[in-house]
Amino acid sequence: MLVIVCPYCGKRPEIEFSYGGQAHLARPGQPAQLDDQAWAEFLYMRTNTKGVYAERWRHARGCGRFFNALRDTSTDHFLAFYKTGEAQPVLPGRAP
Amino acid sequence: MSRQAFSALSLIWRGLSRHRSWQNQWRKPQPKAAYDAVIVGGGGHGLGAAYYLAKEHGIRNVAVLEKGWIGGGNTGRNTTIIRSNYLFNESAALYDHSLKLWEDLSQVLNYNVMFSPRGVMMLAHTVHDIQVFKRHVHANRCNGVDNEWLEPEQAKEFCPPLNIADNIRYPVLGAALQRRGGTARHDAVAWGYARAADSLGVDIIENCEVTGIRRGAGGAVEALETTRGLIGARKIGVSAAGHTSVIMRMAGVHVPLESFPLQALVSEPVKPVFPCVVMSNTIHAYISQSDKGELVIGAGTDAYTSYTQRGALHVNTHTLDAICELFPNFRRLRMMRNWGGIVDVTPDRSPIIAKTPVPGLFVNCGWGTGGFKATPGSAHVFAWTIARDEPHPINAPFTIERFRDGYLIDEAAAAAVAH
Repeated sequence: MLVIVCPYCGKRPEIEFSYGGQAHLARPGQPAQLDDQAWAEFLYMRTNTKGVYAERWRHARGCGRFFNALRDTSTDHFLAFYKTGEAQPVLPGRAP
Repeated sequence: MSRQAFSALSLIWRGLSRHRSWQNQWRKPQPKAAYDAVIVGGGGHGLGAAYYLAKEHGIRNVAVLEKGWIGGGNTGRNTTIIRSNYLFNESAALYDHSLKLWEDLSQVLNYNVMFSPRGVMMLAHTVHDIQVFKRHVHANRCNGVDNEWLEPEQAKEFCPPLNIADNIRYPVLGAALQRRGGTARHDAVAWGYARAADSLGVDIIENCEVTGIRRGAGGAVEALETTRGLIGARKIGVSAAGHTSVIMRMAGVHVPLESFPLQALVSEPVKPVFPCVVMSNTIHAYISQSDKGELVIGAGTDAYTSYTQRGALHVNTHTLDAICELFPNFRRLRMMRNWGGIVDVTPDRSPIIAKTPVPGLFVNCGWGTGGFKATPGSAHVFAWTIARDEPHPINAPFTIERFRDGYLIDEAAAAAVAH
């Protein structure tokens, strides 16, 4: 089980959290302007990165708040936790 | 490349001669400089595609590249359930095509894949389940796929260990039974296809990881960069399950996939106690008994995307809670092993078997948590697509572009869970 550090509550077991998928996906500002391909990209395409991945978690059985994390999906090690709205941390020596 | 044919007589003979005369079931060739077609991924789907390319389309200058060893990925990690009772016409056609190929696969490959149509029973625990399953039964019958509704007492009769008491958290309110469904020996499927493909001249190259895809001036694929050198390829078929996104990105193609760990576990072996396959989508339990006697139990996917072939114990515990309530007899059984595999999941939980925007590049992916059952059918239509550069009518709807054009085959909504 993953041990996840909620930026508000601290270190907690994974079962307190729900997963929110890829982070930093912004809903298009002008939806009416989008063609079908752009909609498909927004709705369905995820990077599915093998390596450092920015993802959302929600402390569903705790404070209830969303936050972001950087995790290496090839090892499941967390590299950083940060609040929603903050920029993705730059990790020295690792490709984003 | 002549291979030993298997028969009852040959088994007895080799037994009496102290098993000294067995040969390797496939060669260990060095990769050639170039092939007409290269399949990336040596699981059942990839090996099967190579076999059908050689057998049905006369394309024999083919290689299968496998990062690890044959049958070491999801082919050897699934819970071996075979069924075809899917809701939508497109899915029913694809999965039933596969089920029909399962029925004589052992004879066709001259390799015992131990296909056992012992019946797959899906339990209903809520009024919604009952309505959904009855809809499936009717839809399946319209498509010529067998599926029948059972009342709880009939379900108990078909599977005596089942607890149909009404005092459990999710009582059994009925079940949908596909009698033609069942199980097969998963390793044997990979080995059987590998052996049959090898005997037709296909090179099976293990310990060969693809690290890049080279494209020519016109954009078409030219060669694969691998850990065993550069391998030329006129056509490339990617059948790499959880790593499909990684491989496709090497050619600049994005696919709508996310990779999740899916876990399974087996109990200690016991005498035959479980006659069929039982699935419960609602409380998430999948169980059957292998011929070795182990109860084979499928758990769920972990919540997060990952490429590690492991997951968290609470996922297994959740499934065992359900198993222990449905089958109280098994409460004192010890679990022997658990493991994970990486499954590639599409947004609509239906696969992609298609051409890609890159000329010469084909993809068979998105099987999610239920790819084993489709192995022969998927391999068969994928080989057709590669050989003819156009889809077989059965896999024509399973494109990447369906997500752009709005033609989803939404088995995710139909089943309401990953499956």
